[in-house]
This record gives sequence, structure tokens and C-alpha cells, in this order.
Amino acid sequence: MYRYDQLDRTFVAERVRQFRDQVARRLDGRLTEDEFKPLRLQNGLYLQLHAYMLRVAIPYGVLSSRQLRALAAIARTYDKGYGHYTTRQNIQFNWIRLDQAADVLAALAEVEMHAIQTSGNCVRNVTTDHLAGIAPDEIADPRPYCELLRQWSTLHPEFSFLPRKFKIAVTGAEADRAAIAVHDIGLRLVLDAAGAVGFEVLVGGGLGRTPILGSVIRRFLPASDLLGYVEAILRVYNRYGRRDNIYKARIKILVKALGAEAFGRAVEAEWQAMDRDGMAIDAGMLDRVATHFAPPAYAELADAAPERAQAMREPAFARWLARNVLPHRVPCYRAVMIALKGGGAVPGDATAETMERVADLAELFSFGEIRVTHTQNLVLGHVAAHDLAALWHALRVAGLANPVVGTVTDIIACPGLDYCALATARAIPIAQAIDAAFADVAELHDIGDLRINISGCINSCGHHHVGDIGILGVDKRGQEVYQLTLGGSSADEASLGTILGPSLPPDQVAGAVRRVVDVYMERREPGESFLALVRRLGVDAFKARVYGGLEAHAA
Amino acid sequence: MSRLIKNLALVADPWREAAAEGPLPDGDVIVPLARFTAEREALLAREGRLGVRLSPDDDPAALAGDLGHLDLVALAFPRFTDGRAYSQARLLRERLGFAGELRAVGDVLRDQLLLMARCGFDAFELRADKDPDDALGAFADYSVAYQAPVSPAPGGRV
Repeated sequence: MYRYDQLDRTFVAERVRQFRDQVARRLDGRLTEDEFKPLRLQNGLYLQLHAYMLRVAIPYGVLSSRQLRALAAIARTYDKGYGHYTTRQNIQFNWIRLDQAADVLAALAEVEMHAIQTSGNCVRNVTTDHLAGIAPDEIADPRPYCELLRQWSTLHPEFSFLPRKFKIAVTGAEADRAAIAVHDIGLRLVLDAAGAVGFEVLVGGGLGRTPILGSVIRRFLPASDLLGYVEAILRVYNRYGRRDNIYKARIKILVKALGAEAFGRAVEAEWQAMDRDGMAIDAGMLDRVATHFAPPAYAELADAAPERAQAMREPAFARWLARNVLPHRVPCYRAVMIALKGGGAVPGDATAETMERVADLAELFSFGEIRVTHTQNLVLGHVAAHDLAALWHALRVAGLANPVVGTVTDIIACPGLDYCALATARAIPIAQAIDAAFADVAELHDIGDLRINISGCINSCGHHHVGDIGILGVDKRGQEVYQLTLGGSSADEASLGTILGPSLPPDQVAGAVRRVVDVYMERREPGESFLALVRRLGVDAFKARVYGGLEAHAA
Repeated sequence: MSRLIKNLALVADPWREAAAEGPLPDGDVIVPLARFTAEREALLAREGRLGVRLSPDDDPAALAGDLGHLDLVALAFPRFTDGRAYSQARLLRERLGFAGELRAVGDVLRDQLLLMARCGFDAFELRADKDPDDALGAFADYSVAYQAPVSPAPGGRV
């Protein structure tokens, strides 16, 4: 994984010093709150309902066990002993004191981490496939490009005060696990006819109150031109994006207003006029960064599946293999998912003890590396197949072997009204109620893949628009009510969900989900996904069942 | 007391701002783009140095043919969170080759000075209520940067 060089270390140390000074000037009144707010946000510090929240960047979702232990220590020292993994592969701490925030940043700098640009109207943490460098369907490793984008975007002097936040996602695989169509810029690594590496470039995707899927503005961009081209996109956006209305300020609104084609032409014109050679990623630069992402020293192992024999004897192990273990491009290795879900858990939360235990297991079984997924789970990405049983036992002891990855209870949820100052409704209790309603693991496996995403407000941090079942909490005359959508997807052939019907009170949501799942189980053809069934039947078939006999609130 | 920062110091400001219309002050004068466009010939023939002020909506390319005659371009920050002038500054320096004084005016605060400098600004009119000595410290906040410099500055990498 990426290791800091002298420039990175100096930069992060200076960033901590700068923020410590900014906090001091805020506390002695030289900075007003209006002046300070954008500065603290660009260091990931939010003022939430009960306390300051610090969102720490996990660049493209990759952590070392040393870094994970440092996060555990921060949770214990500066928070209430836990952290929350987010839908953008970051972690946030919910109970930070302003006068200790710089100390937390200093602790992060010790392990080559920071909270830079995890909020604010700037380029946010670049996200990617949590199976980068692991997945058998990978065309090229996106991580070196993500790191180059991280460096390029870090305190970029031209783009630190954009009209609105700006999110970039990169995928290097055939299957899109990075949700690139719902990002301000989505980048897909592709090969041209001659086998050269490049990017398909999407712009203007996003969720929030105006969900839009991104449009392709370039089919093939040579990989060496990535930074110049992204800079051209940002410059067009910075100059022409709306600043008069916060709800119309994302790039998606500009792309929609101009039309994707005209927007693409403006980007091309800007790019052609730029010093493209000066912005080009030369081979030396790419190689230097790519070296950090060289594969670990895999052992030479027999190409077999030693886990199969034990799976025959132990059904619980077999269930875990079926849901939580994924193939690796090296045949005798596997990627192991750790679900931070189920059993009443808050989706994405992890205690300091859990983090330390996972760090230990990563060292024992996975070259000391951990990934964070945008579905708020963790991954041990390089586990030898013959270690699977030992790892499973260790995870079980730690309560981390819940075999539910990708199922109904592997719910994405934002912190909601339990923490967030923007939220209009709670998300966590809804997730817990659904979790309780689907406690039977055998049933979950029978249902199979089914994504439920919950947002506690229209800002859509819980990605409800792109869940198979999306749940949006809203405030209606002082009551928390929940709107269900069906048929969303952030993967290939991404789609936005369709509203099912009138909003439901909190105590009816889990029951409604149960009825939706019942329809799926009754009507699906062999092998038919939930998404395919919704597309085939339409939502009305589900609506009749959900609202039959229910007292619905007016929509 | 001057609020103009140049070359890491507070300096006297010889420039006067002209309104959209009405009599021009003597000496070095900064006029809004619309007035420059309307009175171009007379302004260029005038004694004293000439500067033009752009609003964030203005396209710096409007000055492309005249930059050789201008000693100063002022770019406005109506609010410090409005980042359009950063792009205008880079376009003026890098694409249009402007070598004169590039001045930040408006809601100009300490914590944005280094960003401005790194986009090519070399003069900063600090907002009237802010302590200039405090602001001068901003230029020492960072010794390194990830991006290539627009004007001479600590070396970048990407």
C-alpha cells in the first residue's frame, strides 16, 4: 500500500500545525464561525447534533493494520470507544472536542493519515473498488491512479472553493463495485483496440434531492492524460457551476443545464488549451506510485480448494463461505468480507476492540492490509484458502463472522437523526428493525442478494436511490415517516429506484420490507435477481401487497 | 494604515479605484471591465498606469488583446467562499501570459492568501477588519505543495 514520502510527511505535519492555529484563532475570536466553518470542514470536522464529528480519510478505502490500531486508539482516547465506517470508505468519530481536534489530526499524521477534504466544497476522498488488485475481473489496478488523484486534488489552490462538494470514483474492473455512475466524475479503466490503458469518463452523476446518473463525455481518455482532463472538468465547473442556490450547485445541474454533449465540448476546449504535456502522467511518475501497490508476497500454494472438505462437514462454515468469501485473482487466495452488520449492530459501526481484533487478524492472515467497502464493511483481501477455517474460527469468537454479506441485513445506513444535524429522520433503528425481522440466516441465504439502503434525509448519504429497496426517512409535520423505492442499482446498468407508494410510519417499515421480499420469493424465476423482477413486473405488483390492509399516511 | 500585501510585506497602495462612471481620479487607476471596454481608447491614452477589475462572471479572455497595456488586473472575491477568481487568475497567468500585478480584492482573508498566491496572485487587499500582521503569517503555512507552481513557489510534484 501507499507509504508517505518526505513531501507527504511534511505536508501533513504542516496541515496539522495550520489547523491547530485556525482552531486557536477561532477560540480567541479572530475567526468568526462563518469564516472558520469552511476551514474546519476541509479538515473533516462537522458540528453535529450533540458534538463535533471528525471524518477521517481512508484514501480509496485501504488501511494497514497499524493504521487501524491507530483509529482504535483514537476511538478510545478521543471518542466513546467506537467509530463509524461511511459509504465513501471513510471513518467518522462522533464525539470529538474542538480543542482536541488538532491532537487527533496529529495522531493520524503519525500513521500517515489525515482528514483533509473529507468535507467542504472541494474534491473529496477518491473512492474505488474495495477489491482493487484482488478481483479476477480487473482490467487494470485503479489504486495508482486514485493515489495520483489524491495528491493532485490535495489542497489544490484553484479548486478549494468549488460551488459544492465534488466526488470522484474509479473502477478498474468489469463489474462496477465503486458506483461510478452516481459520482460527480466516474472513471472506468478500459483498454483500447491496441491494448493501451485509458479511462471512460462519466460526469454529472449524483444522488441527493436530484438523483441523476452520470453521462459519458469521453469513451477513451489515455491514462496519462487523466490529471489534465480532470482539471479541465473542474475548471469548467468552478467557473460556470451555480453558486446562487446550494441545491443547484452540484456539477450534475450544470451538466443537465448545458446538456452532456455541450458540457463535454467545453471540457475538451479547456483541455486542448491547457499545457497538456505539463499535466501528463509520465511513465516514471506512474511507476513510482504503482510500486506501492505491488502484490504482496503470495506463497506458492497448491491450486486447490481446501475449504471445500470442511464445508461439507460444517454447514455454518459453508454459509460463511457462500456469502463472505470471494474469489481472488490468485487462485489459492480469497478475499474475506467482515460484515459490520447484523445482530442488532449499527450498520458500519466498529468498536475499538473490533478494530484491534481485525488488525490482528489482518496481520496473521492477510499481509496486514484491510479494505473498507462503500457498503460499510471490512475486507481482508489476501487470505490463503488453507487459512480460511482458522480465520473463520477467530472471526466467530470475535462475533465478526456473521454470514450476511450482500443479503437483506447487510444494510447501508447513514447515521441519521441519532447523530446528524442535517437528518430529518432516524436511520439506525429502521436498520435494526429490519435486521430483527430477518434473523434467520437460512432464510437470508435463500433470498440471496438483496440490497437495502437507508437515508435519514434527502441528501442521500445512505444511497437509498440505488438500493434494490431504498428507504428514505423524511419529516412530515413533525412525524418521522419513510418512503420506499424499489429497483435502484449502483452497479452496471445503474438505475434509480421508483417510489412504491405513500410514506410509512417507522413501525411499519420492516413489515413492508417483509411483504416486498415475499413477493420476490413468490414471483422470481430461477436465478432471477430482485432488480430483474422489479424491472419485469413493475412496482405495482409490490405495491398491492405492501399497502393491502395497511393504514398509509398521505404521500 | 495600508492593507495591501505585496512581496510578503505591507506596502503603500498607489492605486485608486474608479467607479463605473464619473470623473476619474488622477494617477494610477483601476476601472471595472465594462468601463474599460466602453472608454478603452481614452483610458489607454491617459497619463498614469491603468488597471482593470474583473468580477467573477467576467471572462479574462475579454482582456486578451490588451494585457500588454495593463499594469494591474484586480480579481474580486464577493465572498471568500466564491472560488471563481482562482480560475481567472490561472487563466490570466498561464494562458494569457499576464505578467503585471494580479490583485485579490473583496472578501480577502488570511486563510485563503496562500491559495491565491499559488494561483498567481501577487497582491492582496486584506479585508479592512482583519489584522495584517496575522495575515502575513499565512505565506509560511506550507513549505511544500502537490501541484506545480503557477508563479515561482515551493516545488510541486503532480
